[in-house]
Amino acid sequence: MGLTGYLALPFAQHALIAGTLIAIICGMIGPFVIIRQMAFAVHGAAELSFTGAAAGLLIADNPVAGALIGSVVVAGVIGSMGDKPRERDSTIGVVLAAGLGLGVLLLSRYQGFSSAATNILFGDIFGISTGQIYLLVALAVGVMAVMGAISRPLLFASVDPELATARGVPTRLLGIVFLVVLAVTVTEAAQVVGTLLVLSLAITPAASAQRLATSPLVVTGVSVAFALAATDGGLLLSLGGSTVPPTVFVTGISFGLYVVARIVGPLLARRRYAQLRQARAVEAA
Amino acid sequence: MSTVPVIELHDLSAGYGSGPVLRGLDLTVEAGEFIAVLGPNGSGKTTLLKVLLGQLTPSAGTATVCGTEPREALGSVGYVPQHRGFDRDLPIRGRELVELGLTGARYGLPLPSRSARSAVDRALDAVGARPFADIPVGLLSGGEQQRLRIAQGLLGDPRLVLLDEPLLALDPRRQSEVTAIIDERRRATNLAVLFVTHEINPVLPVVDRVLYLVDGRAALGAPSEVLTTETLTALYGAPVEVLSLNGRLLVLAGEGATDGLLGHHHHDDAHDHDHDHDDEPKGRGPWV
Repeated sequence: MGLTGYLALPFAQHALIAGTLIAIICGMIGPFVIIRQMAFAVHGAAELSFTGAAAGLLIADNPVAGALIGSVVVAGVIGSMGDKPRERDSTIGVVLAAGLGLGVLLLSRYQGFSSAATNILFGDIFGISTGQIYLLVALAVGVMAVMGAISRPLLFASVDPELATARGVPTRLLGIVFLVVLAVTVTEAAQVVGTLLVLSLAITPAASAQRLATSPLVVTGVSVAFALAATDGGLLLSLGGSTVPPTVFVTGISFGLYVVARIVGPLLARRRYAQLRQARAVEAA
Repeated sequence: MSTVPVIELHDLSAGYGSGPVLRGLDLTVEAGEFIAVLGPNGSGKTTLLKVLLGQLTPSAGTATVCGTEPREALGSVGYVPQHRGFDRDLPIRGRELVELGLTGARYGLPLPSRSARSAVDRALDAVGARPFADIPVGLLSGGEQQRLRIAQGLLGDPRLVLLDEPLLALDPRRQSEVTAIIDERRRATNLAVLFVTHEINPVLPVVDRVLYLVDGRAALGAPSEVLTTETLTALYGAPVEVLSLNGRLLVLAGEGATDGLLGHHHHDDAHDHDHDHDDEPKGRGPWV
């Protein structure tokens, strides 16, 4: 069966819908993850969703619900424990290690198919049910709405926390809200690429975008575009008659775009430096 | 123009869990006044700013800004926080950073605001920052970043501006430039200025009064009254000598160490460190 044949099948359609939604929300949060130095939080939230998923499997045979509830709880706990990156990182490290240990215990008690466990780790984009699509649409719309609402104050709080506080921005609360949004996004993304590879959608596209653009909105736009290219591109390549899992293509495209950005970025930076020298010359004159 | 003082502190005490940092401070600042706030680290300078920004509630006494509670007056107060450099790859341009000072608290997407544009342009022009307004802030020099900060602080025509060590990390020429920008603005708009610094010399020509804090106690008055051997010796409770050298003031405390009132920084001078760690976080100890 060729690509067009597959595209008529529900599992492929579900995969593309899910991938597109996840790419958009990952692309949106990525720039904030980088500005707020939260790459480790993404990694932690993703790995802890494994524990949540294992608990969900064991208790209700529903790994997705378990992962979602688990990651939101953990995000709330981490968020209320400290706002400074250094404090936060050690807290995440501690919670992460304890949580993973618990996950291993939970999984060892699970009597069902062991593939349910590897699906959590490496993603199962072609196994998404109609019910999961509805849930995903609801969550994605929720994430987009929240990010749309808090983007500006969150940007202010991220680049300029002292002044933001003085201007009445609830920086602490916004930090917690963002962490919860991040946890939900990461848990959803884990369904596509797996908990181990979430960074390829939540960090890599934004890191590439940051090398190419300099305005927050443009960076976000490029980041979303790159996440979409990686996810949908990877899914289509995989459907186009390959035996390689889609995760490989998704992470591969994402990384490829990053390499291109690393090469093109310095050329653009040279132009900005020239602009700066010119500005200084104007000022000196 | 209203005749209500811009700042009124009456018998103000404020501090944190470990006890009051400011004790019984009285201060009235009128519109158009330029006040320099001096004093060693831990003397209450930052605490005073926090009270004026409504972030810290006085433990005793009263604080009003523009005739009202500090928290209610935030819209009339400009603030330039102590400078931390921006990361080189921070994806934001000067103009966008300055604009956040005006619109950043509003919910929504950070779309460029048409209504803010002219105010932002004027603020950029006032500090001569227009030529580099479209360059990412992380690429700019410390002085250029500081001018953007000041543009941000003066945005929205405040009646009071609080500046926390705005001369830090600037070379002497930039220090006078920044001081001149602030001075010009207060003369033009009758702005009250509270200028926290540990270097008095760059601002000495424009300062009306000096508030010198030591251990939460204060001396207040014209520079010629406060910055004297007698006043500072009484305030520190230890021998302090003030010398005038070619029109610059030099404060000698303890065994010949300067207390940071020279025109330059001394962070790398080993002998200076016991006395001058003004811009270091508190509690890192005298070995810093």
